[in-house]
Amino acid sequence: MKGNVTTTPSRLAWGRLSKEAAVDSFRKLTLRHQLRNPVMFVVYVGAWLVLALFVRDLVSGSGGQSSFTGSVDAWLWFTLLFANFSESLAEGQGKAQAASLRQARHEVSAKRLQQAARNSPFEVVAGAALRSGDYVLVEAGDIMPSDGEAVIGVAAVDESAITGESAPVIREGGGDRSAVTGGTQVLSDWLIVRITAAAGDTFLDRMIKMVEGASRRKTPNEIALGILLVVLTLVFLVVTITLFPFSWYGVHYAAHNGRVVGITVLVALLVCLIPTTIGALLPAIGIAGIMRLLRANVVATSGRAIEAAGDVDVLFLDKTGTITYGNRQAAAFYAAEGVPLPRLVACARHASLADGTPEGKSIVALAETQYGMQGLGQQEAGTLIPFSADTRMSGVDVAGRRIRKGAPDAIRAWISNLGGDWPAGLGEVIEQIASGGATPLVVCEDEDVLGLVELKDIVKGGIKERFAALRKMGIRTVMVTGDNPLTARAIATEAGVDDFLAEAKPEAKLARIQEYHSRGHMVAMTGDGTNDAPALAQADVALCMASGTQAAREAANMVDLDSNPTKLLEIVGIGKQLLMTRGSLTTFSVANDVAKYFAIIPAAFVGTYPALAALNVMDLSSPRHAILAAVIFNAVVIPLLIPLALRGVRYKAASAKELLRRNIWIYGVGGIVAPFVGIKLIDLLLTSM
Amino acid sequence: MKMAIESLFAVIVAALVLGAPLGRYMARVYAGDTFWVTRFLGPIERLIYSLSGVRQNDEMDWKRYAVALLTFNFFGMLFLYGLLLWQGDLPLNPAHFSAVTHALAFNTAASFVTNTNWQAYGGESTMSYLSQMLGLTVQNFLSAATGIVIVLALIRGIVRAKTRHVGNFWVDMTRTVLYVLLPLSVVLAIVLMEQGAPQTLSPYVHAHLIAPFTSGKARIAAQTIALGPVASQEAIKQLGNNGGGFFNANSAHPFENPTAFTDYLQMVAMILIPTALVFMFGRMVGDRRQSGTIIAAMLILFVPLALASMRADLANNPLLRGLGIARSHSTLYDGGGNVVGVEDRFGVANSALFGSLATATSTGAANSAYDSFMPLSGLVNLCFMQLGETVFGGVGTGLATMLAFVIFAVFIGGLMIGRTPEYLGKKIESFEIKMVSLSILIMPLLVLIGTSVAVDFAAGRAGTFNPGPHGFSEILYAFTSTANNNGSAFGGLSADTTFYNVATGLCILFGRYWSYLPLLALAGALANKQKLPANAGTLGAHGPLFMGLLIGVILLVGALNFFPALGLGPIAEQLSHVHVLAHAR
Repeated sequence: MKGNVTTTPSRLAWGRLSKEAAVDSFRKLTLRHQLRNPVMFVVYVGAWLVLALFVRDLVSGSGGQSSFTGSVDAWLWFTLLFANFSESLAEGQGKAQAASLRQARHEVSAKRLQQAARNSPFEVVAGAALRSGDYVLVEAGDIMPSDGEAVIGVAAVDESAITGESAPVIREGGGDRSAVTGGTQVLSDWLIVRITAAAGDTFLDRMIKMVEGASRRKTPNEIALGILLVVLTLVFLVVTITLFPFSWYGVHYAAHNGRVVGITVLVALLVCLIPTTIGALLPAIGIAGIMRLLRANVVATSGRAIEAAGDVDVLFLDKTGTITYGNRQAAAFYAAEGVPLPRLVACARHASLADGTPEGKSIVALAETQYGMQGLGQQEAGTLIPFSADTRMSGVDVAGRRIRKGAPDAIRAWISNLGGDWPAGLGEVIEQIASGGATPLVVCEDEDVLGLVELKDIVKGGIKERFAALRKMGIRTVMVTGDNPLTARAIATEAGVDDFLAEAKPEAKLARIQEYHSRGHMVAMTGDGTNDAPALAQADVALCMASGTQAAREAANMVDLDSNPTKLLEIVGIGKQLLMTRGSLTTFSVANDVAKYFAIIPAAFVGTYPALAALNVMDLSSPRHAILAAVIFNAVVIPLLIPLALRGVRYKAASAKELLRRNIWIYGVGGIVAPFVGIKLIDLLLTSM
Repeated sequence: MKMAIESLFAVIVAALVLGAPLGRYMARVYAGDTFWVTRFLGPIERLIYSLSGVRQNDEMDWKRYAVALLTFNFFGMLFLYGLLLWQGDLPLNPAHFSAVTHALAFNTAASFVTNTNWQAYGGESTMSYLSQMLGLTVQNFLSAATGIVIVLALIRGIVRAKTRHVGNFWVDMTRTVLYVLLPLSVVLAIVLMEQGAPQTLSPYVHAHLIAPFTSGKARIAAQTIALGPVASQEAIKQLGNNGGGFFNANSAHPFENPTAFTDYLQMVAMILIPTALVFMFGRMVGDRRQSGTIIAAMLILFVPLALASMRADLANNPLLRGLGIARSHSTLYDGGGNVVGVEDRFGVANSALFGSLATATSTGAANSAYDSFMPLSGLVNLCFMQLGETVFGGVGTGLATMLAFVIFAVFIGGLMIGRTPEYLGKKIESFEIKMVSLSILIMPLLVLIGTSVAVDFAAGRAGTFNPGPHGFSEILYAFTSTANNNGSAFGGLSADTTFYNVATGLCILFGRYWSYLPLLALAGALANKQKLPANAGTLGAHGPLFMGLLIGVILLVGALNFFPALGLGPIAEQLSHVHVLAHAR
């Protein structure tokens, strides 16, 4: 039952989105909007300039010239529109997303309490009037007015508006499940919530801003790339502007032949040379990255965090839930000396029959499947003695027999109290089990120790391969666990992680992150508890579970709405893919210039130096067609690459070398070859028309 | 062609064989190691420091380093400028040359201080012995050392972490001159003298011709044979990638370059230190794969282009061939080919090779007239310079620019693999990209703007000797050579006019300081950064794949900047030859 917040838009939705984006792309033809993107601004100025020339040609009535100028200008405007379209389309996806989120934020009223008590009187106020620190009562059917922390009560909450998860979750006062989110609905019972975010700054608000792109700031990498694109644009500006005097010299002093190259041709050349492809797609790539993350049900609080995810080279992974299944399972029985195995198995099973914990269930299951302990009914269950932190044992009292299971030292204390003996040789087996990363559980009946049950952490299938893939990409994995070092080492070995942090306390986690930082690593981690907050704040990529506490959410820079710790692996992939898409399209854009030179330079100067026709390697039909074909290719390649920009380049875990080789071939070499083919085809089309 | 290939490989092999140990030696010198050579020269080094008050361990941040460099160069330029203006009143002027003009003095001072050695004058008819020795030769040493210390600072920036310091300018300069340039020059100068290059302060020799002749209407019965302290200047001219000849004919003059053996030595000398610096770099960063990758990239760019140049020139002019005036490839006529402007002693292939080496390094020396090369060979010369002097390049500055390109390639490559790019553990961020872009792209802007200004003004157009696209090539070549601090002269351009002296002089200064100060800033920024550990996800800046990317980036940047200009110059010229032929048939 998974209804993702964002699903890939259906064909119908795409149609609507494209339509809206198309309209929007005209609206974006304003000077103010174009100024935001230096590369496209140059195209914008060029388009106006050539438009002016076109009007002049029309007025002066030079027919042949004006049709050429007109077609070039039309395609310059198309270039701008295509660029706007790609941005609008990406934004449109975000807006659609934001609209659906906004529905959850409709104005709600709140029951403001005078003090944090169930019986305290309350007044009904508008949600917007709430301040941080107010206490509100939220009862079944009420909408949570703002973000906050449950202080009293337990309730089932429907958080589907945020997470897309339709199954209700439990929120209760105190502890790690206390965070509540504005816009969610309480289904049963009640909660008293301390408001932690003023209206307009709730988690939901920030999420909306993020997807709408309002708070999207440029990331360091985007800035560096931006500088590169501006510099390239400036250089090409000089290259084309100086061509005018060069051509003038050629015509008047060197060749005494032909005509000086026209402004239209120079503008066409300039627009073809400057990196318009990447310049046009850059905004869309950034937004698409955030959308991809959202599709994985992760909300980033900044674009920076996504980029950092691509750079992360140390992952702190919680053992439980990420590396192993949440709970230990019984793996084997070891009878004590002189005790028949069936007796141990029977007693262990009996002690666990009424025990609803996963561990207890797994003991029953093991006894029944591996040791054939069937047919003994529930009726002999007796009185269940539940686990308590005090005794650290659980078991059953039946027909005067007290069967107990528990940690070795707890049982030992219990036995010696009863005057029983600790069997010789048991210690060795305990040692052996513990050193294997498993947990020994001692079973006894009254003062007789019967033997051991081995409880094992079960490492998730396929996780070892995933870590191997990460290692290939240069990412170290660190397993974080509360287990003792011995157990931790064994599981770490089994799961194939590079390092582990045993008996992890929040301070130890923080210290380890700082240690990695001091060595220049970038660290990602997941967390949900309040005590994780310092470490989360320290980590470069801090993923908080949606079920986490408010403090953890504040400290993190990403929130996983599914509360799935394995998500970190996916996020790293998305971050890398974002950078790769940018880099690959930049390479493609610049590599395209080679073919454009071969189309335009001979066309522009063949009148002066007829011999330059030899450079027309594509055998284009005429100088005008050649220039037009290059401009058209330059424009058309933008919409053709929109799907790639939105989807991201193909990404799989591989070493730097493999990735580079692949992308150089596709986007570097491909970027050189593709326009030769494209321009030739467009020329053929133009000729046949 | 076989001989041409043999010469090429003989030069490269010698440079590699000698460059590797020299690089190791230089790494030890700059590390301040105590070893056999410091036992000899150490006392002199310490004497220099105690006389000048330099404290050896006084490390500078990049700004202090840059200010020291600029101050030092500024006073060097001022001194040279003054010396040239007053040379008429100073001693050691046996030929009684008067002061040079202000414009030429400015141009020459700018040119020699920046290691460009663009010469708008003929040495034996302009410069006194004092100007040659105290002015030009001294700057040959100092400008080469300046280039080397720039790359030293940059390498330290890469190697060091979390510090502001990039070295001490004065210490680096002293060590470069004392331990590297002087010993090598002394050895080479002695060999040159042995081969016949003069080293004397005696005045020019006036000889009576045995067979007087008439030229025009004048009867020529006597000849003045220019002499001077040639060998000492010649050695550093090549080793320091200066290229400024003692005589106007540069290395085509029999006193500068007496024999085929000295010709070979000079070619090796040109790429010796640039090659050694790459080896030194690998040692200093503790990763010799870096040297291998850079050397291989340089060779892969150099060898085919140099071979193309030799081939085009050996193939001779297609117009002549069309007329049946073929000088076929033969051992007679030194291999034949396009012998216009070629010294018979060296032949066509070695002239083209010399030209490739002189333009690939920033030497700019010549043993033939580049203006008379076939257009494609001239194009190769232009290409080597327009690739930004990265293929070997000037001593120090060449490697520095190459490293800028490496960082550029790392940035692009890093993005393509989805990681914030890092180079040898240093993150490449927006500041680094800004500085790298500046240092790479100032040069093309200077060349293109300079050339377009020159063709716009009558004073600029007046300089060309040839009509057609060749005239355009002459102007383009002048600005390419000066903006790249190469100093190679295409010839065919009367460069000693106020217009060209000022225009090329400015190009030289901007090309030097605007391109390399950003690299010092880059050194400072890199030194400040933390060194990140490498792992499998790091894009290593070595190996064939990265080398391919690096070569691709260098070629693409060069081609994108200069393809249109080259199209209107040498490419149009070469194609027109073919075109004319096609139409003649």
